[in-house]
Amino acid sequence: MANLDEQNVNEETGEMEEEAKMRPIWFFVGLVLLAMGLVIVLNGIYYLFNPSANDAVLSELHPDLWWGGIMFISGAIFLWTTRNATV
Amino acid sequence: MNKIALNFVDWLVIAIYFVFIIGIGFYLKKFTKSEEDFFLAGRKNSSWVAGLAFLSANMGALELMGMTGNTYKYGMFVAHFYWIGAIPAMLFLAIYMMPFYYSGRIKSVPGYLKLRFDEKTRVLNAISFAVMTLLVAGINLYAMALILHTFLGWHWGISMWASALTIAVYVTMSGLMSAIFTEIVQFFLIWFGLFLVVVLGIVDIGSIHEIFARIPDSFQSLWATAGDPTQNGMMVTWGGIVMGLGFVLSFGYWTTDFLVVQRAFSAKDLRSARMTPVIASFFKMALPFIVVLGGLVALVLAKDPSTGFHLLRDGNSINYDSALPLLLKRYYPNGLLGLGVTALLAGFMAGQAGNISAFNTVWTYDIYQSVINKNASKKHLLWMGRAATLVGIVISVGTAYWAKSMPTIMDYMQAIFSWVNAPLFATMLLGMFVTWITPSAAFWGLLAGMGSSFLMFFGVRFEWIAKSAITFSDVASAMAANFWRAWWAWLICFVITVVVSFFTRKKPEKDLVGLVKGMTEEVDQTDVPLTKRPSFYAIISLIILIVLNILYW
Repeated sequence: MANLDEQNVNEETGEMEEEAKMRPIWFFVGLVLLAMGLVIVLNGIYYLFNPSANDAVLSELHPDLWWGGIMFISGAIFLWTTRNATV
Repeated sequence: MNKIALNFVDWLVIAIYFVFIIGIGFYLKKFTKSEEDFFLAGRKNSSWVAGLAFLSANMGALELMGMTGNTYKYGMFVAHFYWIGAIPAMLFLAIYMMPFYYSGRIKSVPGYLKLRFDEKTRVLNAISFAVMTLLVAGINLYAMALILHTFLGWHWGISMWASALTIAVYVTMSGLMSAIFTEIVQFFLIWFGLFLVVVLGIVDIGSIHEIFARIPDSFQSLWATAGDPTQNGMMVTWGGIVMGLGFVLSFGYWTTDFLVVQRAFSAKDLRSARMTPVIASFFKMALPFIVVLGGLVALVLAKDPSTGFHLLRDGNSINYDSALPLLLKRYYPNGLLGLGVTALLAGFMAGQAGNISAFNTVWTYDIYQSVINKNASKKHLLWMGRAATLVGIVISVGTAYWAKSMPTIMDYMQAIFSWVNAPLFATMLLGMFVTWITPSAAFWGLLAGMGSSFLMFFGVRFEWIAKSAITFSDVASAMAANFWRAWWAWLICFVITVVVSFFTRKKPEKDLVGLVKGMTEEVDQTDVPLTKRPSFYAIISLIILIVLNILYW
């Protein structure tokens, strides 16, 4: 049950109502890095099997695979560490 | 040039960004209940949130592209904008000025001027800031649309309206809170989206050492060629760098521009507010590893015909801003290309949202409540803030159309910060540290400083006065003239404010408590552990700054 600090008085009804708690920004940073990282990694896997479709300089280093992977893992860490956090 | 071709995956990455920031606006709306939530993000942010937002509000895409291009043109001298041209001012704000800003519980920079001086100085600054902010927002909007059209082939009107409407949706719903959220997302997208291109550039060329070996000597140093303006690409002396950029322009911007300072006001307590610029200073110092190294990579590639890399040309002149987009095109496959474009878009849009959220606060508190409706309720002010957001966006779109029909106004905009911020820094400095400065002196000093900068700009432009009379050099560039003009505007404001103070009525000392040094209780840190003190981290930041300057001397 929420304590009194987390309750507000509704000005119209006069009843106590529970205040919604906001997720921290780091949760949303995690979400966007995870989603974009996943798309980039999946595209990198496609290029791995279809190298001729990729004409970027240094494409043989597959930057999309490892950079997308770093984004994905960073996003997952942000999400995991803030999964229950509120501000 | 061939346009940068995006495919479905790139569009998917861009779509994730747009869905995400509009979603954030809707999510945060239910937490935006009071005018303090809307204008100051509830004053509950940690120093990390406020610090990254503080930096991101300044880290627009135009700046990133422009500075990469400037490095191609001027070499390492561009790092001055990120190091001596930013860090001392940010640390000064944190350690010396923030206690006066934060302790007064003011809601804006003009609000401080009202408490320290009087209503007329506040309104003068509020109007000049509001006009400057909307003009900058409009010009940036146009510049963004132009760049997206040039490099991606997007219809300029559609990209301008799409970004303006997106910003309108999320800033109207939750004000500064959503602006700060999107600025932090932008911070991560810029590092993930643009840093990799520099890494790949270094791998392509061989090493950082190899990059420096292939650029002209005059492009390699920060200070070694600063004694003679003919020896460096920027055609500026150390005096212009130190006094114009490092002192007046930098301190004027970082310590008084409400766009950035507003982020520190959103911090939950004084310590967090003081840590805000300190945290930002570390990341600001790191930015040359994207923009300066990126510009040098582009320069080395362009000097080697076998790479096939060359900047875009507009007629006979080189389009230096094309350096960063062309590096993205060279090294990024689809997918990553979408991320790079999203980073630039995020930089544009977060910068716009920052301008609009600063404008709606200054308009609502310092113009509307101060002059038009002194008895407005808090609920009405919240409504006015939302209305000002929409009106501000409409005006900035109108300015963008104006810029399209008259491109020469872009030249004027480059100088606008020295018109407004440089003299304001003199007013703030005197106001915070000298008790006998009078309200009338502050007003006339500020007006004279702004007016003189304005006259110097047009005087040089229309050849009423010689540029050398301002810059002490016959070979000074437009950028050097900008540095020197800022210095003179600051000095004129400073001198007139001091002189007029001798002849006008002072404010009673009891009204200055909490606003001026000597009349304000010092922040007592004796019981605070060293690692919790903002001054400890400020010293570390300063040491890194000195080391970087020596390394690249």
